[in-house]
Amino acid sequence: MTEKQGYFGNYGGRFVPETLVPALDELTAACQALKTDSEFWREFESLCHYYIGRPTPLYFAERLTAHCGGAKIMLKREDLAHTGAHKINNAVGQGLLAKKLGKKRIIAETGAGQHGVATAAVGALLGMECVIYMGSDDIERQKLNVFRMRLMGSEVKPVSSGSRTLKDAINEAFRDWVSNIGSTHYLMGSVVGPHPYPSMVRDFQSVIGKETREQMLKGYQRLPDYIVACVGGGSNAMGMFYPFLNDKEVKLVGVEAAGNGLETGKHAATLSAGSLGVLHGAKSYVLQDKNGQILETHSISAGLDYPGVGPEHSFLKDSGRAAYTSITDKEALEGFQLLCRLEGIIPALESSHAVAHAVKMAGALSKEQIVVINLSGRGDKDLDIVNKALGAN
Amino acid sequence: MSRLESVFKQKNHKALIAYVTVGYPDIAATLKVVPLLAECGCDIVELGIPFSDPMADGATIQRASFKALENGVTTAVCLDTAKKLSKKTAIPLVFMTYFNPIYQYGLDKFCHDCVVSGIDGLIIPELPPEEGDEIGKFAGKSGVDLIYLLAPTSVDARIQLVADKSRGFIYLVSIAGVTGARNELPPDLGKFILKVKQFAKQPVCVGFGISTPEQAVQVAKTADGVIIGSKLIQLMETDDAAMTATQTFIRNTRKALDNIE
Repeated sequence: MTEKQGYFGNYGGRFVPETLVPALDELTAACQALKTDSEFWREFESLCHYYIGRPTPLYFAERLTAHCGGAKIMLKREDLAHTGAHKINNAVGQGLLAKKLGKKRIIAETGAGQHGVATAAVGALLGMECVIYMGSDDIERQKLNVFRMRLMGSEVKPVSSGSRTLKDAINEAFRDWVSNIGSTHYLMGSVVGPHPYPSMVRDFQSVIGKETREQMLKGYQRLPDYIVACVGGGSNAMGMFYPFLNDKEVKLVGVEAAGNGLETGKHAATLSAGSLGVLHGAKSYVLQDKNGQILETHSISAGLDYPGVGPEHSFLKDSGRAAYTSITDKEALEGFQLLCRLEGIIPALESSHAVAHAVKMAGALSKEQIVVINLSGRGDKDLDIVNKALGAN
Repeated sequence: MSRLESVFKQKNHKALIAYVTVGYPDIAATLKVVPLLAECGCDIVELGIPFSDPMADGATIQRASFKALENGVTTAVCLDTAKKLSKKTAIPLVFMTYFNPIYQYGLDKFCHDCVVSGIDGLIIPELPPEEGDEIGKFAGKSGVDLIYLLAPTSVDARIQLVADKSRGFIYLVSIAGVTGARNELPPDLGKFILKVKQFAKQPVCVGFGISTPEQAVQVAKTADGVIIGSKLIQLMETDDAAMTATQTFIRNTRKALDNIE
């Protein structure tokens, strides 16, 4: 972090209506106070263990490794976390923080529904009123998750403006927050948005990378050569990368959604094909037209279908500390099927992008090298989409 | 003295500021309505540059923005429209815009082109003073007033910051919320306006939610001006070709403001 508060190099900041600034100041101060609040972290760690089921395993995917014929492939099993994805880590953290701040109500946006489900669970766990904003197109393609959220007592509000997906759900959540600022905490699900969200969400998600680092050292007495994670907004990748940033020998690879292919324009690969802009409160790479209007994106995975990306990823890209690449819908589906058949693990379509890229690179690496894939979520929610896509092929 | 400042120098006069989205329902309507607003007694017109993700706007202005974008309105089109308008009418014009469309245009070039097009000020609802140094420098160089906003949640230190940085006037947001016509304004609004005026040497104008002449009067008892946006867009949605309802509303509001005291 550079001298200017809330910036990662040239990226980040706080481009928000004045009404929100005092709430963001309050949140920033609360995050600062957490650094020395051992009681808070004890409670967080206790919930991580007894509620989420952490630590999640670091699993050696032996048959996938043999199939690729190169580097050893390990899976960080965030798909085994309670509610089925890494999103719960951040939801529990922010939920506890919201309670500490005296908020009675939490709101969230969701794309694939995983963050919505995680927030709904935390709402039930902590006894808080919970409202989830979800694009009407996403509600259609993720019905099971909508049902889950409602079962846990959350209200799911459809958003039918704009592209009716994640970005519009974020706009609507901001509108709710600005209107209910006293009672409500906006529980953002990714490392995007105004300061302090990118660093706060990263800190709660860093449990992924910390555990992975310990598990590697304990099980293999070394660190991995590569870490591969999918990037939409970028929270699973940031949580995985962050504890490894100073381990220069570990190469960090973020995988974006290339949709139908970068050349078609129907994709969501913000870092690969975007440019500097301001969206949802932060300066970062953005998919936009030449007039600064935000573009509609496409990905088979609702969780990656977003025209922005966390500012810290933009910083890591420019500094060269992390590399970013992209995987098409078709390749992701192949990765999805491969993991199902070879390991008996059904990955989320988001995580399937990381699997597909790791499979591509592992064959060219030596057998002594190790690639860790962050398997950020499980794929039950995606079965309808996969069924349709495979039927169509 | 800037053209905006001179609006507030008139004795016993409350400023009436109207907002329209450029290109809603089409460019011809914008070119027609702005001179009418001036004739009916507005003092300043805010021209909204549409954005795909209008986070601070309620349903009415969202609809207008999406329609304007469908009509192909860009930052360049807005500048061109402003240029045409400033030839037709002498009323001071300010742009209201989100940051990204003008960031892509180039902040330096944008501020320069604003002056060429007869734009007197800029309101950027998602730009707090902490993020305003870069554009503030260019606006200052070009001579465009960069107008900052305050909200009911603003604490004293922030009121002071905006009082130090805002040029032309201060835009005081009436309620914690998004834009949109409302039946009632917060009961403690008057108190907040008076508090801001203790810090501010600039005029204080109030917007968000004001949708009747009575509300305008209620606000203008303590504020220096009132800003009306969503209500006008709503009137334009169903108005006739002569824009009769829009004109009547503005005339009535002007009359009500002139009768204060």
